[in-house]
Amino acid sequence: MRNTTLEYDVSKAAELAREGKRLDGRALDEMRELTIETDFAKNAEGSTMVTLGKTKVMAGLKMGVGMPYPDSQDEGAISVGAEQLPLAHPDYESGRPSDNEVELARVVDRGLRESKAIDFKQLCIKEGEAVWVGYLDFYALNGDGNLFDSGSIAALVTFANAKMPKLDKDNRIIQKEYSGKIKLARFPLLTTFAKVGGKVLLDPTYIEEKASEARFSVATSDDGFMTAMQKGVGGSFTLEEVNYMIDLAFKVADNTRKKLKLK
Amino acid sequence: MTEQNVDYKKTKKRLDGRKMDETRPLKIDVGVIPNADGSAYLEWGQNKVYAAVYGPREALPKHSANAYKSVIKVEYRMTSFSVPDRKRPGPNRRDQEISKVLSEALSRAVFVEQFPNTEIGVYVEVIDSNAGSRVACLTAASCALADAGLPMRDLVAATGVGKAYGELVIDLNKDEEDAPDAVDIPIAILPNSEEIVLLQMDGLLTKKEWEKIAKLGIQGCKDVYAIQKEALQKKFKLGEASKKDLGKKTKKKVKK
Repeated sequence: MRNTTLEYDVSKAAELAREGKRLDGRALDEMRELTIETDFAKNAEGSTMVTLGKTKVMAGLKMGVGMPYPDSQDEGAISVGAEQLPLAHPDYESGRPSDNEVELARVVDRGLRESKAIDFKQLCIKEGEAVWVGYLDFYALNGDGNLFDSGSIAALVTFANAKMPKLDKDNRIIQKEYSGKIKLARFPLLTTFAKVGGKVLLDPTYIEEKASEARFSVATSDDGFMTAMQKGVGGSFTLEEVNYMIDLAFKVADNTRKKLKLK
Repeated sequence: MTEQNVDYKKTKKRLDGRKMDETRPLKIDVGVIPNADGSAYLEWGQNKVYAAVYGPREALPKHSANAYKSVIKVEYRMTSFSVPDRKRPGPNRRDQEISKVLSEALSRAVFVEQFPNTEIGVYVEVIDSNAGSRVACLTAASCALADAGLPMRDLVAATGVGKAYGELVIDLNKDEEDAPDAVDIPIAILPNSEEIVLLQMDGLLTKKEWEKIAKLGIQGCKDVYAIQKEALQKKFKLGEASKKDLGKKTKKKVKK
């Protein structure tokens, strides 16, 4: 079935972008309103709901005990999963993870993992025998674009607030008893842009993503590092555009960290 | 935390302090997912669930369509972090079965014969749980269907009833579900006709006990129904704008 309203909005978004305007009246470098809510899922070690404009993403962390990898006997691990729930958008379907979901999970994962924000040595229980594995899963609850940034914020805030479960002497988790928190060395956040009508837009909505020729995400940390980058969708960016986006990303992520008191 | 030595006949109170016929606090918000045609968020004790409805829309795959009615497709899912031990993402056999019984319960409530060859997608997601998630989901899903403006015979109101630590109780929590003598019975009705649209049980129960439990269950569903109606009325009370419009027109007529 053709969705003519959507087609109209998409072409309108591109047309407006060329004049430096957007459908929702934002400036090209303006982020939507961000609110978060934490610790609503009591079975989880940590949980965060992120609302970015109309986009709603929720993340939760479960800690498990596993075997260390052969090449890192004294290090724990994390695993990040992303799901676009079919309740969140008519386009989302259940079943095997789609390419979008896999990319989304991996980009958010890399922003956290490769930034060394989490010291995996602190997740070691007994060298060579038992380590902590942090399973962070995030879900889109209402999809209106930019799941990358909402997912990244949800994941980071969840890790920052998470409680560590207690273990008994056989290294089994004692339910509902906790000791301490996970220390984070830095606070990397993704910032995502779409190229629409030849212009670079911060924090694209669903319509703007539909209208986009290219997408770019960069994770930046509070201590001045870029910790991940990902270019997506067919089109291209000039180096000038990339540099502009990186500079803006540092400012945007700093603002977000300040707002969420991540330090 | 299984309490082996608890006896409700002696304590007269439940482990969480409730009376035997007392339901955990229930809260429903309607219209919480902007993309959906209808949606609801529900908190029932520690249970927290979202429900969203999309449709009626083209039934896909095509062979799933029915020429005489709309097919209600329910997907009951739990997030990985909604249970004490992490759940592996993706549907398991329990999710499949629950999806099926929820779909059958809802199909009785909606006038599905008005939308042949279509499907109505009903998605329910459990984000936190403590026994009774399927009845929480069914209660939320029926509010979401009403929110979507679908023609319905009635809402579907659901609750859990059963037995724990020697007493018949309503709305078992996890500690009670783990009792040595636990019987858990999810039940759902169309409250006005008292038609039962969902009923499951496992455990040991006498007919006498069942008769009492059924009564308890139907009353419980009706209490849930009152909260469902309230939640829907909160969203759908004649909006201020439409009130004004109606008021103007009638006033003008009166003046002339």
